[in-house]
Amino acid sequence: MKYDVAIIGAGVTGSMIARELSMFDVRVCVIEAASDVAAGASRANSGIVHAGYDAKPGSLKAKFNVRGNAMMTQAAADLEVPFDNCGSLVVGFDEDDDASLAVLADHARQNGVDVELIGRERILKMEPMFSPEVRSALYAPTAGIICPFSLTIAAMENAAGNGVDVYFDSPVTAISRECDMYALSAGDRCINARYVINAAGMFADEVSRMAGAEKFEMRPRKGQYVIFDTAMPAKVRNVIFGAPSKKGKGVLFAPTVYGNMLAGPTAEDINDKEDKKTTRSGIGAVLAGASRYVPSIEARYAITTFAGLRSVPSTGDFIIGASRIVPNFINVAGIESPGLTSAPAIAEHIVGILQEIGLSDKRDENAVRTRKAIEVFSEATDERKKELIAMDSRYANVVCRCEYVTEAEIVQSINRPCGARTVDGVKFRTGAGMGRCHGGFCLPRVMDILARERGCDYDEVTKSGAGSYILSGKTKEVRS
Amino acid sequence: MEKTKMTCVVCPIGCEITVTTDGGNITDITGNACKRGEAYARTEMTDPRRTLTTTMRVQNGTRPLVAVKSSEPIQKPRLLECMRTIDSARASAPVKIGDVLISDILGTGVDIIATDDVV
Amino acid sequence: MRADVAVIGAGPAGLAAAIAAKENGAQNVVVIDRDSLTGGILRQCIHNGFGLHIFGEELTGPEYAARFAGQAQEAGITLMMETMVLAITEDRVITAVGKNVGMVTLQADAIVLAMGCRERSRGALMIPGQRPSGVLTAGTAQRFVNIEGYMPGKEVVILGSGDIGLIMARRMTLEGAHVKMVLELMPYSGGLTRNIVQCLNDFDIPLKLSHTVTAIHGDGRLDGVSVAEVDANLKPIADTEQYVACDTLLLSVGLIPENELSRGMGVAIDPATGGPSVDSNMQTSVAGVFACGNTLQVHDLVDFVTEEARRAGAAAAQYQPQTAKSVGAKVGEGLRYVVPQRLVRDGSDKALFFRVTDTHKNCVTKAVCGGKVIAKKKRVRCAPGEMETLTVKDSDITGDVTVSVEEA
Repeated sequence: MKYDVAIIGAGVTGSMIARELSMFDVRVCVIEAASDVAAGASRANSGIVHAGYDAKPGSLKAKFNVRGNAMMTQAAADLEVPFDNCGSLVVGFDEDDDASLAVLADHARQNGVDVELIGRERILKMEPMFSPEVRSALYAPTAGIICPFSLTIAAMENAAGNGVDVYFDSPVTAISRECDMYALSAGDRCINARYVINAAGMFADEVSRMAGAEKFEMRPRKGQYVIFDTAMPAKVRNVIFGAPSKKGKGVLFAPTVYGNMLAGPTAEDINDKEDKKTTRSGIGAVLAGASRYVPSIEARYAITTFAGLRSVPSTGDFIIGASRIVPNFINVAGIESPGLTSAPAIAEHIVGILQEIGLSDKRDENAVRTRKAIEVFSEATDERKKELIAMDSRYANVVCRCEYVTEAEIVQSINRPCGARTVDGVKFRTGAGMGRCHGGFCLPRVMDILARERGCDYDEVTKSGAGSYILSGKTKEVRS
Repeated sequence: MEKTKMTCVVCPIGCEITVTTDGGNITDITGNACKRGEAYARTEMTDPRRTLTTTMRVQNGTRPLVAVKSSEPIQKPRLLECMRTIDSARASAPVKIGDVLISDILGTGVDIIATDDVV
Repeated sequence: MRADVAVIGAGPAGLAAAIAAKENGAQNVVVIDRDSLTGGILRQCIHNGFGLHIFGEELTGPEYAARFAGQAQEAGITLMMETMVLAITEDRVITAVGKNVGMVTLQADAIVLAMGCRERSRGALMIPGQRPSGVLTAGTAQRFVNIEGYMPGKEVVILGSGDIGLIMARRMTLEGAHVKMVLELMPYSGGLTRNIVQCLNDFDIPLKLSHTVTAIHGDGRLDGVSVAEVDANLKPIADTEQYVACDTLLLSVGLIPENELSRGMGVAIDPATGGPSVDSNMQTSVAGVFACGNTLQVHDLVDFVTEEARRAGAAAAQYQPQTAKSVGAKVGEGLRYVVPQRLVRDGSDKALFFRVTDTHKNCVTKAVCGGKVIAKKKRVRCAPGEMETLTVKDSDITGDVTVSVEEA
């Protein structure tokens, strides 16, 4: 298999790069270690599109955050991904916080971001459920929320639709050079590519070492989250951040594009790159932190908890650029916050670098920048629902009763490019299993559809890929 | 004189029954709300039995399994043996509630009957 | 499309309500259910224990359901199966979709809500740890075993000693799995004593009271759980934490009445039950809309569901918009909730259903009105896991009625 460009990593960064490259007449592939896109940090983050005042002026983070924020509305529209430009508030409770907010306001000015310092009265008008102890806030109208998984899968579907090949379950274990090409050992394949983009997230340091490129370290920083039932009365409209203090940034409390509230993350520096365990103390800290903003938050409305790992770069900033040690190798590493926001801008930048170092800039006439989302039955008008059912009777078969996800949507999620192959794959593409009962009723039925569409046995269907089998076998055959 | 306490499982009330024995003979039974409880207590002392409910595989049916039960309680020590027999049996669709699917299972005198319809 | 009475759900509650509606004069009765077969959750409850009160026999779940399915067919009730209700308006217009009917709207003169309930999930419990496969609610496991014919795993730990957890302990064992233990957070079991005997004791499965799961371990598939004893405040005691290897964790940690449709049309919900507030005719706060079964309150015995559903169905059939005088049925000493929450002054005896907050031995349950005891019952034992009942006479009601429990 010979490619012009091989992208290592199918997170939001790798996927957006793949999408941009797919507009050109070049052969591109994405190589991913896990079973699905967005397997790492891209799946488990706050979903915030940052305004850009937080990043240090002059840093790559600041540059790509601001540019990415400006590009996001168009990207979300082109990819039909829900995006809500809801705004954000960094809140303060005392004079130290006031000073802290003033620093952020100054960053904003330097980074070219529109912000406003506001007082308690205005805050409580914007957010009636907020704690009356709040004193001041930095309001950023250009901040927003997006579904990070949806953005990633949409970008990848767009890329795959334009001809990009995607290899899953293919961890890169060795990189060598033969003539003018890289040879990548990935899973049980050898993939040759002229240019390599290292977007391998937590393992980008190891990939860079494999290629003989720059030495840096990715240090895992765990963030734990709680998601609440849409029925919880305690809600906010803006993304709420705590003013940075000596104790750290505090947690955020924000809406998601699906109407749930989200609280988190913690910030725990750990050693194990695979430790995504939630902990009692972590969840407790998240609940306590969010309750400071909105005291009426109730733990009994929690519907799930999870943890994500940020890849913290040892250099202190994004590591983005062509290697100076080995040719045609581009590192895109240390993409922690504001990585999600920066993704469209980083992708644009990487294409520029590649073309500077020799990649063809001939456009692919047939490539498109848009992709159509799976039409969501539950959001359609009654008229449209009838049309959908007439087009595909499986729209009349509701499979996930909590979220009203129909069989038609689930089937589409499986049969699209980079389609779902697991229960989690269906869940993240359609929302089936994300509601109140968390798959209690729909799991057997989603498995049924997966087995049928993928042509495998019922008990071969897994939760999220290798090892995560759901059923141990048929009844009447397990006798010890 | 010995007292044995047990919870009756004949119905959901679950009376706490005390059985008094003297040298192996039952001399008194108290705590039961009805005669079935008394009968249960007697058998439970010497020959405990349980109703078995499980499923059986169906051939040529619209569903893979039919729910079944034992027509009477089966001796407790033989339950798992009976399960193995039921496991290797196959019912042929259509099955109706009450159909005898295994007659006199393992010589116990008890039948395994369908408790659901499968077409 | 229209109906005199529309019933949402063809489980035991829905079927009984529909039959009662027909028997009480409703001509055009429609039952809507998202499954392909009637019976609701009873279909997967293949164990016995159903019907002792209603039929004087002990039946399995499917047998109990079949009795009502038969009656429904004979009564000429219209069944819309494989049809899911998307929304109901305050004016009782139902919008539903189904592969047999496409999208339909149905105007009903009266509606009976009988959607049943769902299980609390691991996410709602916020059990720390990883997110491997192998963690299921007991009801989902029951569906796999009894309907699909598949085993969820081989080495099992069960959290929650409610009836579903106990029943699955036995079921998994009979099908060849090794159930290592059943853990219960409270110092008492939530299930019927009978089930402790025939599901745990019979198979030497240990029941650990005042214990819980403190962490879940496993990457792809579950490897094991951390288990600890809890203190009087139900908080884990750190020193007692132990690792238990297992590949399956079944959760039986609570049932929650399903009321999406109810909320959607503005039906007032009682936070203590999770179901609609109703009067003694099972009518909710929305005129002409009634509720019964697990949608209204989580039941232990399906026989009570049937009786409650019959009241709802009869009332739905006889529904006339009116303002009847009613008084409140209040939660008194020792109680978690009382259903119905309002008693209509219509001359009939009123059956009150309630649950206590703690276990009591040798106690008295009583209903007090205007300072007078109007009903009482001596009980050998009252437990939160066993629904209690008292009946009061309409003629004794002079104002709000308070129900309570106290030591004898």
